[in-house]
Amino acid sequence: MCLGIPVQIKELMDDNLGRAALGDVEYTCDLSLIEDPKVGEYVILHAGYAIERLDEEEALETLAMFAEIEAAAAAEGE
Amino acid sequence: MKYLDEYRDGAKVRALARAVSDAVDPGRGYAFMEVCGTHTMNIARYGIKRMLPDNVRLVSGPGCPVCVTPQEYVDRAVALARLDDVTIATFGDMMRVPGTGASLTDAKAEGADVRVVYSPNDAVDYADGERERRVVFLGVGFETTAPTVGRALTRADERGLGNFYVLSAHKLIPPAMAVLCESEDLALDGFICPAHVSAIIGSGAYEGLVERYGTACAVTGFEPLDILRGIQLLVEQVNEGTARVDNEYSRVVKPEGNPRAQAVMEDVFEPADTEWRGLGTLSASGLRLKERFTGYDAFVIECEVEETRVDGRCICGRVLAGAAEPHDCPLFRVECDPEHPVGACMVSSEGTCAAYYKYEQ
Repeated sequence: MCLGIPVQIKELMDDNLGRAALGDVEYTCDLSLIEDPKVGEYVILHAGYAIERLDEEEALETLAMFAEIEAAAAAEGE
Repeated sequence: MKYLDEYRDGAKVRALARAVSDAVDPGRGYAFMEVCGTHTMNIARYGIKRMLPDNVRLVSGPGCPVCVTPQEYVDRAVALARLDDVTIATFGDMMRVPGTGASLTDAKAEGADVRVVYSPNDAVDYADGERERRVVFLGVGFETTAPTVGRALTRADERGLGNFYVLSAHKLIPPAMAVLCESEDLALDGFICPAHVSAIIGSGAYEGLVERYGTACAVTGFEPLDILRGIQLLVEQVNEGTARVDNEYSRVVKPEGNPRAQAVMEDVFEPADTEWRGLGTLSASGLRLKERFTGYDAFVIECEVEETRVDGRCICGRVLAGAAEPHDCPLFRVECDPEHPVGACMVSSEGTCAAYYKYEQ
């Protein structure tokens, strides 16, 4: 039930609402729980609400660490 | 999908699983519990247990909100649904949870107005569009969901909707984790801490548990690479003989969490003693509406609730407490399956029994 998906904010509308996209699919998204949302930012969408923003820098750092582990494993396997 | 598929990469999953296995000390056991249903589901779905050495035991906890909601709540929701002027709005996974005499699906088949919604805001819109009806939203969920329901309620308040109600069974995860830490039978070494509950309450919310019980914590995302990395961090803590809160899911979770969401929750709700299926009544582990929102509280709507009788053969409660596995239940796969669930754990896709039924042979 706590599933949430990363979506990108496409449009800000009145009343703290907005449009957000996952690939080609767009959702109406309640942005009330996010401080100062901006178009282009990624947020986690849960039950129609953006519950937190996704920090792209941190996301890439984590991915880089996974790539390092993969590279280390490959080097060991050679 | 961006920021989703990258965390499912097969080659990286295999490399990380090997790295975790290498870090495991064959001379000791490791017991880690996940307390979020989405983790339960994805651990089963991606076969995480099979990637790990046998001495790493992953135990499922009370992480499925629908499952931990006591049957009496379902009985009350069904009773409300049977009132002529009431519309029940609910997330889909509540629909088939068995009550004593009927589920919400049964009530709907009998003619009750029960609607599945994607967002609590949809329920507010129903109340706005149909002022002659009382619209009751079933507030089931942990800290991830409570702020969305709280905000929906303040939206109803802003619109002056006197016909919108919330039946709150919201629950808080840290008090349940504390009870599980105290269990000698479980003897947990660490928690795979929930991803999106932590987005709201922050990784700092587990510091008290670490200090009091010395249980390792790793806030962990939901994708397979995240889960394996969370387990790796827990293994490292155990090997070092230390306990702290590691945060694997730093792309979303901050130490302090989301202050705006916390403020909404605190504005609308207050902590209350709450019954958990499987764990009993835990002090200050749930959320009820604050007094100034009593007008929105569906518990004040009078209705005749059937006397709750629980099927004594179902071991859902022990499964939720981590004390038993679905295979230990005489009903599992015999009388109880996702088509004909006896207990709540078989209903929700993230219930432990449903996840085992689908993915574990």
